Amino acid sequence: MSRYLITIGLETHVQLKTKTKMFCGCSLAFGAEPNTNVCPVCLGYPGALPVMNREAVKLTVMSGLMLGCEISRSSTFDRKNYFYPDMSKDYQISQQARPLCLGGGVTIQLPQGPKRIRINHIHLEEDAAKINHYARFSGVDFNRCGTPLMEIVSEPDMASPEEAMAYLQALRQILVYAGVSDCNLEEGNLRCDVNISVRPEGQEALGTRTEIKNMNTFKGISAALDYEIARQLATVARGGVIVQETRRWDPDLGETQSMRTKENAHDYRYFPEPDLVPVALGSELVEAWRASLPELPSVRRERMMAEYGIPGYDAGVLADAKENADFFEAAARLCGPGQGKTVSNWFMTEIMRLLSETGKTVSQCALTPEALAELVTLVDRRVINGPTAKELLPELFRDGGMPGALVQARGLGQVSDASALEAFVEQALRENAKSVDDFKAGKKAAAGFLVGQVMKLSKGKADPQQVGKLVAEKLAKLA
Amino acid sequence: MNMDVSTLTVCQAADGLRKRDFSSVELTRAVLAEIEKKDAGLNAYLSVDAEGALRQAAAADGARSEGRDGALLGVPVAVKDLINVEGQPCTCASKQLVGYVSPYDATVSARLRKEGAVFAGRTNMDEFAMGSSTEGSAFKVTRNPHDLTRVPGGSSGGSAAAVAGGEAVAALGTDTGGSIRQPASFCGCVGLKPSYGRVSRYGVTAYASSLDQVGPITKNVEDAAVLLQALAGCDPRDGTTLDVPVPDYRAALMGGLKGLRIGLPKEYYIDGADPEVTACVRRAVAGFAAAGAEIVEVSLPHTEYAIAVYYILATAEASANLARFDGVRYGHRTARPESVFDLYAKSRAEGLGTEVKRRIILGTYVLSSGYYDAYYGRAQKVRTLVRQDFVKAFGSCDVLLTPVAPTPAYRIGEACDDPLKMYLGDIFTVPANLAGLCGLSVPCGKTASGLPVGLQILGPPFGEGVILRAAYAYEQEVRS
Repeated sequence: MSRYLITIGLETHVQLKTKTKMFCGCSLAFGAEPNTNVCPVCLGYPGALPVMNREAVKLTVMSGLMLGCEISRSSTFDRKNYFYPDMSKDYQISQQARPLCLGGGVTIQLPQGPKRIRINHIHLEEDAAKINHYARFSGVDFNRCGTPLMEIVSEPDMASPEEAMAYLQALRQILVYAGVSDCNLEEGNLRCDVNISVRPEGQEALGTRTEIKNMNTFKGISAALDYEIARQLATVARGGVIVQETRRWDPDLGETQSMRTKENAHDYRYFPEPDLVPVALGSELVEAWRASLPELPSVRRERMMAEYGIPGYDAGVLADAKENADFFEAAARLCGPGQGKTVSNWFMTEIMRLLSETGKTVSQCALTPEALAELVTLVDRRVINGPTAKELLPELFRDGGMPGALVQARGLGQVSDASALEAFVEQALRENAKSVDDFKAGKKAAAGFLVGQVMKLSKGKADPQQVGKLVAEKLAKLA
Repeated sequence: MNMDVSTLTVCQAADGLRKRDFSSVELTRAVLAEIEKKDAGLNAYLSVDAEGALRQAAAADGARSEGRDGALLGVPVAVKDLINVEGQPCTCASKQLVGYVSPYDATVSARLRKEGAVFAGRTNMDEFAMGSSTEGSAFKVTRNPHDLTRVPGGSSGGSAAAVAGGEAVAALGTDTGGSIRQPASFCGCVGLKPSYGRVSRYGVTAYASSLDQVGPITKNVEDAAVLLQALAGCDPRDGTTLDVPVPDYRAALMGGLKGLRIGLPKEYYIDGADPEVTACVRRAVAGFAAAGAEIVEVSLPHTEYAIAVYYILATAEASANLARFDGVRYGHRTARPESVFDLYAKSRAEGLGTEVKRRIILGTYVLSSGYYDAYYGRAQKVRTLVRQDFVKAFGSCDVLLTPVAPTPAYRIGEACDDPLKMYLGDIFTVPANLAGLCGLSVPCGKTASGLPVGLQILGPPFGEGVILRAAYAYEQEVRS
């Protein structure tokens, strides 16, 4: 049997982070009682007209700029006609002829190196209502109807489910970075249609594709891709023919099922939306938006490595989530040059651990970059020692406040006064004569034990380095 | 009480209210009494809101006693039954919307409400404004007050018949292809279609979104100016309104005819029109010339395609605009649907009338995959040519004078079996909608049998001032 190549293209629907709906002033607050965030416009009442949400246009253009798209100077909206209870007007306002963004792409990292996944276009449209099925009837919740939805249509550039998932992860990271969407899968912020085809190696033309509609978990998308590829390969292996059709992913059965074939495909009868004038975007406005763009995560990783002298691994982990990188950079800048690696260590170990233990994000916890910077500085200046700092961190994480104030109030400052330390050393040597003997007999490890005893006597406040030095001096005299 | 409500104009009503000759409650009662007396014969109204109107009238009287005044304060106005007025029905003369009560005011309703106008009742029309005779109403056939055996025109036939028959001081209509101007012509009223983008469409049930406009139907030109003043202006709820300053239309009336350049499009003076109509219009043109206007001949070469273009674009937009009448959220729902698609099919089959279905099917067809370019795409291109014809014509004249319709009011039942014949009756009015122009119909005489004939005055986009000036001078100096 010849080898088969897989081709995947994705249509990703992203809910934009606007306060109000696409064409009316209704709120988008998640979790409201059904049909409470509605008005004549989003309910499709006679005579109601759409009004463009400028913020949605801006967020779409920002996404396009982040993804290297060309921005249309004049963009138009179209009506997509179909009857279904989830669309109050029985047509959806979308963009077909002249979408807001054209071209662009995302670079994904693969084991064999980076790969560019091209984007065909990005358009803006309104979301449909949500249909809830009950035992004896179905209900339509129009709260979601009219939510601004950005659709990012990729080229069929992905050759495996892994590449598709890498593309989605990269896309999601960029969109969260740009602040255009929360990309919260639980709230349905990100949904995907996938197009899949297979063809024998060596064949130029793509095979017949199927489309799987409306998946909203990464796990589901990945499983659906695996299933559908296996199904298509099994079909051609049997000598069967792939039918061009739209399929549905059933997460419970773990399989895709036919929804409609090409013969039964909808004729959406697109035509220009006469209620909306074209969106004209002057180059000055677009350039102003471009100037306000955040860095791409990949660019930020490189910059943080150079600027703070941190390893590529650290920089990559920090850059993954914009708010982590923001927190790190704020703290590192406050600490000044040379402290980048120390700040990164604190973040990568202690803070990450607290985040995972509490299930919080860095913006939800009470710790501030200022507090972390002060903590690092206190250790650096030997005002407190490392163990004390580690003890303080969970409290700062939970309750906030500044470490300097806590150290002062509780007298946690390091004891580095030589005479006070000397007394502790004398006491430790006196009380642990056996260890002193051991040392004399050549057991060098006994010195460590003695240092530990001194630390204990100082209630942990002694400077461990200084104690080490003093103990070594004393033992040397005894030897 | 010193008034004859059947001939009372908006300006006279405002004057009488201002002088305390009568109160708004008295005036509204008088209008309601006229409706009570005459409407069984005319069928101009679909519903009358006596209680609501009297409440509004009392409020207007109260406001006046507190020192408020205004050109429409306390003046009753009839509203075509596709414009939403909060708390009133809005059937669009369709069984599909029986029982629907508007939850909101259209912008034009809100503007009139703010001026203190009184919403007396809702006027009959062709179902969803699709028709030219008002015979397409699902409920009743409105009669022409000048001859009860004849149609009042349409689709705003109820509004025109109410004004002409003395059952309303003034009324609102809508005009997608002539639906204000043609019934005004048939009934002997003044009817003004504003330029596209001059008046908000928010809350006006859409027939063809790129063509629809709301405008006044009144007893004289001055009333049209007064009502337009209240209706016109940019609306943040309608992105197709333009932010063009609204001039003082009453002041604009006073320019006279001297020096005005009148264009006569040769394609509008053709054989086939009713000779009596042509004679009335020619006489009016001669009057303009005698009063000092300059007459120039112009050409609008794409006129012959206008009807075809209109019936492609309007039906295409209508096929989408009327999709929402699906029985899911409001309006007629079939009794026992077997599935959701059965619910759509049966609800719409039962609720929508023949002409509406015809236009939805036409519109669906011209947008279909494989036919779009040949019909819709090509019609859009020809629409641009029609618009360019007018741009060129208005380079050499200020206004155009034409007939409104090829015939005076025809007999009830005469044209309704032949949709094509009825469509062709829109030939002189449709181009203004395609080009976004303003236009009005002003009475210019009667036929031997006493049927009114209208003169159409067309102006460039946002040229309402100049067409009102021409019409007012004609009405005041030439016609009388």
